[in-house]
Amino acid sequence: MRDILKLFLAVTIFSAVSGGLLSLVRSSTRARIEYQQLKFVKGPTLKEIMKGCQNDPITDRFKIKVGKKEETIFVGIFNGQPRAIALEAFGKGFHGPIGVLVGIDVKTNKIIGIGVTTHSETPGVGARVKTDPTFRAQFKGLPITQTFKVKADGGQIDAITGATISSRGVCNAVNNAIALYKKLRPEILKRLKNFKSKTLRS
Amino acid sequence: MLKRVFREFIKGLWEEIPPFRLVLGLCPTLAVTKRVEDAIGMGLAVIFVLTCSNVIVSSVRNFIPKQVRIACFIVVIATFVTIVELVMQAFTYHIYQALGIFIPLIVVNCILLGRAEAFASKNGIIYSFADGLGIGIGYTLSLTALAAIREIFGYGTFFNIPVFGPSFKPFSFMVKAPGAFVCLGLMLCIMNMFKK
Repeated sequence: MRDILKLFLAVTIFSAVSGGLLSLVRSSTRARIEYQQLKFVKGPTLKEIMKGCQNDPITDRFKIKVGKKEETIFVGIFNGQPRAIALEAFGKGFHGPIGVLVGIDVKTNKIIGIGVTTHSETPGVGARVKTDPTFRAQFKGLPITQTFKVKADGGQIDAITGATISSRGVCNAVNNAIALYKKLRPEILKRLKNFKSKTLRS
Repeated sequence: MLKRVFREFIKGLWEEIPPFRLVLGLCPTLAVTKRVEDAIGMGLAVIFVLTCSNVIVSSVRNFIPKQVRIACFIVVIATFVTIVELVMQAFTYHIYQALGIFIPLIVVNCILLGRAEAFASKNGIIYSFADGLGIGIGYTLSLTALAAIREIFGYGTFFNIPVFGPSFKPFSFMVKAPGAFVCLGLMLCIMNMFKK
């Protein structure tokens, strides 16, 4: 009996010390890991949407709670003003959800650009929704009052040949992002009013 | 004593160099030696984990009941591996992505458990430190050598810098899995020739 207790104690102590140490390391690297993930996964897309902005939109981000989820809003500064925001939403693609980052001008309520962040579409076919610049350029400058659909569904977006479902997924993701933006608009505008950028370049 | 510390350290560099002399940890050896950069990243991770786990295992070797020693060793190793994983993710994200699953798999790498069981659980802290550092550096050197050969012939680059002219046609067999086996086999063969 005493032996068993000793074994039990040894493993318990080891596990407890290791668990405590790990949670310490985890909490001290968390912010940095989040930044790195955003930079490498969403960074390139975000940079293209916010072309010509005067700050680093990854650092200048804030979160808004929607129900249980937290939505991240990236802020782009143009002419010294926090003019644009970008947020991510998902739409169902051919093989899984397609994540799309949508940039919106908060003054004019027009789309300044979109870009696909994560997807698992077929390489060379559906994956072109991410790589084809003419496809994503179609969204640029359109007002957010409309619902986006591919032409096969009676909409305004030319689908990528052979990838109607993926293209539809992107349209749905954009619609979801716009719906989210409309819902959060008062809160976003309130936050932008007193917004202080940490990375502003003149 | 200093002489023995030195001996424990130096044996990892030739006499017991993994994975050639100590034929352990072959899975990551074959998988991460496509590029020198990844090999060094993996090597550094192993050096850190091996040295730390050796020191900890050696310092608690008299308290651990014999029946549960393996479980305790694995907890120690897994803790350090997770620390490496988090730190890599935070500071060198692209290497973390290139190494992928092989970082968490260091936990089940036989070199680590092997050194803990065969050396650290029987020897003092300073010797265990020297042993871990030596074996770790030896492992890094082996990975780097293997990766250098594979990267130079397979991609025509070294550390992502082109070494041949533009007319070079990459020998892509080298960076595929069979190329890893052949390359490792040839290197083992050459090392055995020197041994005799």
